[in-house]
Amino acid sequence: MSGNPSPTLNHDSAHWLVQARGVVKSFGEGETRIPVLKGVDLHVAHGEVLLLVGPSGSGKTTLLSVIAGILESDEGEVRILGESILELSASEKTKFRRDHLGFIFQQYHLLPTLTAVENAAVPLLIRGVAKHEALAQAEKILGSMGMGERLAALPTRLSGGEQQRVAIARALVSDPQLLLCDEPTANLDGETGHRIVQQLHDIGKQHDRGVIIVTHDTRIFEFGDRIVHMEDGRVDQIQEGQGTPV
Amino acid sequence: MNYVALKMLFGDRPKYLMLLAGLTFSTMLIVQQGSIFWGLMTWSQSGITNVNAPVWVTDSNINQVEEIKPLADTTVNVVRSVSGVEWAVPLYKGVQRARLRDGNYEQIALVGIESSTLIGRPARVLEGNIKELRSPDAVAIDQLGVERLGGPKNIHLGTTFEINDHRVRVVAIVQTQKSFQNFPFVYTTYERALSVTPEERRKLSYVLVSPVSGISPEELAGRIHEQTGLGAFTEDQFGWKTIRWILQNTGIGVNFGTTVLLGFIVGMAISGQTFYLFTVENLPQFGALKAIGASTGMLARMILLQSFTVGSIGYGVGVGLATLFGLTAAGGDRLPFKETWPLLVGVAVALLLICSVSSVISIRKLAKLEPAIVFRG
Repeated sequence: MSGNPSPTLNHDSAHWLVQARGVVKSFGEGETRIPVLKGVDLHVAHGEVLLLVGPSGSGKTTLLSVIAGILESDEGEVRILGESILELSASEKTKFRRDHLGFIFQQYHLLPTLTAVENAAVPLLIRGVAKHEALAQAEKILGSMGMGERLAALPTRLSGGEQQRVAIARALVSDPQLLLCDEPTANLDGETGHRIVQQLHDIGKQHDRGVIIVTHDTRIFEFGDRIVHMEDGRVDQIQEGQGTPV
Repeated sequence: MNYVALKMLFGDRPKYLMLLAGLTFSTMLIVQQGSIFWGLMTWSQSGITNVNAPVWVTDSNINQVEEIKPLADTTVNVVRSVSGVEWAVPLYKGVQRARLRDGNYEQIALVGIESSTLIGRPARVLEGNIKELRSPDAVAIDQLGVERLGGPKNIHLGTTFEINDHRVRVVAIVQTQKSFQNFPFVYTTYERALSVTPEERRKLSYVLVSPVSGISPEELAGRIHEQTGLGAFTEDQFGWKTIRWILQNTGIGVNFGTTVLLGFIVGMAISGQTFYLFTVENLPQFGALKAIGASTGMLARMILLQSFTVGSIGYGVGVGLATLFGLTAAGGDRLPFKETWPLLVGVAVALLLICSVSSVISIRKLAKLEPAIVFRG
């Protein structure tokens, strides 16, 4: 373990995909105000797979939400691809997420009435890509993930692992530079979870993207380039992982 | 995203069917009740529309067409003296009793029209010759009269029956618009109408008038009223006067209005609640769409598309069912049923309002939705 609770930021924007500095976030008002992030510094390099770990309530998911621009921080700065995300208007943030970020959720959040391929095509449809083209791209990416036979299946007909693969395909179909994953293995058995994270790791490496994975699952630590431990709203430790070093 | 919106709508079959049922029921109820109401109002004016005269001269205190307040016989000549009158003819109208061959009695609306011109005769003659009314004892009877007085087997051209003990003979069968009171119309000449009805000091019911070329019926009606003190109305004015009287003096307006309002409220409640539930149950999915990059405007457009799509289908099915009712249950003038385009436009606007309000409730929920909820396991 590095034991560096607050790493100094390298301000070379070309090197860092994500730069977060002094991020503070509280919920509630007055006496019920609960500080969740207490000045977090975090940076993610291009091609890095970073695991964000820590006990429940340590602020991992809140930090992920702030980085994604879907939650406003009270203080601090977050830059993704050199863009100060906190300074963007709500509509600019939406557009930024659409163009640069991919999301994988613990509960998958697939649309229940859409087939696997339609679910995977949603980000392209949001971008205004023609339906037939979006479906063709989604089909291609699902095929590459071994889901070619399950394209027309509704989410209720898919196993947990298959649903997560559809969710990954949805996250990747628009070719985002940063993947934000919230407990991607929480609802999967060990073997499936292992395979899913291996895919995430390979994707991050192959395409020189960045991947941030919030997880409790110690079985997937081997895939992280760095493992950032959070405790009580702060970065407690940064541990070098076994993933390919950046 | 229109494709996604429609798949979300049609894919959730129970909610889609619930929405469709609510909007269809609402549309059908409003169209059906509205059509019956307007049918009744049309029937209430049949005493005017069957006669087809540009201007009606009446007693000055008349309220509606069926409330006959007899005029002095000299009124016809008084009206003729007003400048701008091309012609003015008398009209008798009253409810009388017809005695059938089997001894039964049936109430009829007897209409006496001026014999030389036959002004006030019905527009469509189904059988016989209306000009035969000028022959002795002649009457023309409408399709309801044929049915009420014994059916086509017993009532046909040449059949005789009695009105107030006076023998009359059917020389024509005519088509009329049914009346509010649902009495058959029997036409004869004005003079014969006076002779078969009981003695009264005044028997002239109305004077029918036409303006000379260059003067509108409105202008002439105003002139007659001004110069004679009599009531004078155009066909439209008399019709609306009748409708206003019915709405003010009977419970018909309140009754139909309540049902139409009920249809509107039920449609609003069902679609609003179902749409809201639909949105609430899909909040994580909508949150995910927001996180992925769908703007609130895009989600609002999706909701509006869903709402107006199911609204359009519900409107089509509802109008179709109401029309089917009109063609079957109310066919052949059995029930008053008049489906008009203003009613259909009005219902479309009402449905648009229902869909818009239902959508706004859901859109407000989505606008406030924090996409961060998708990260809460």
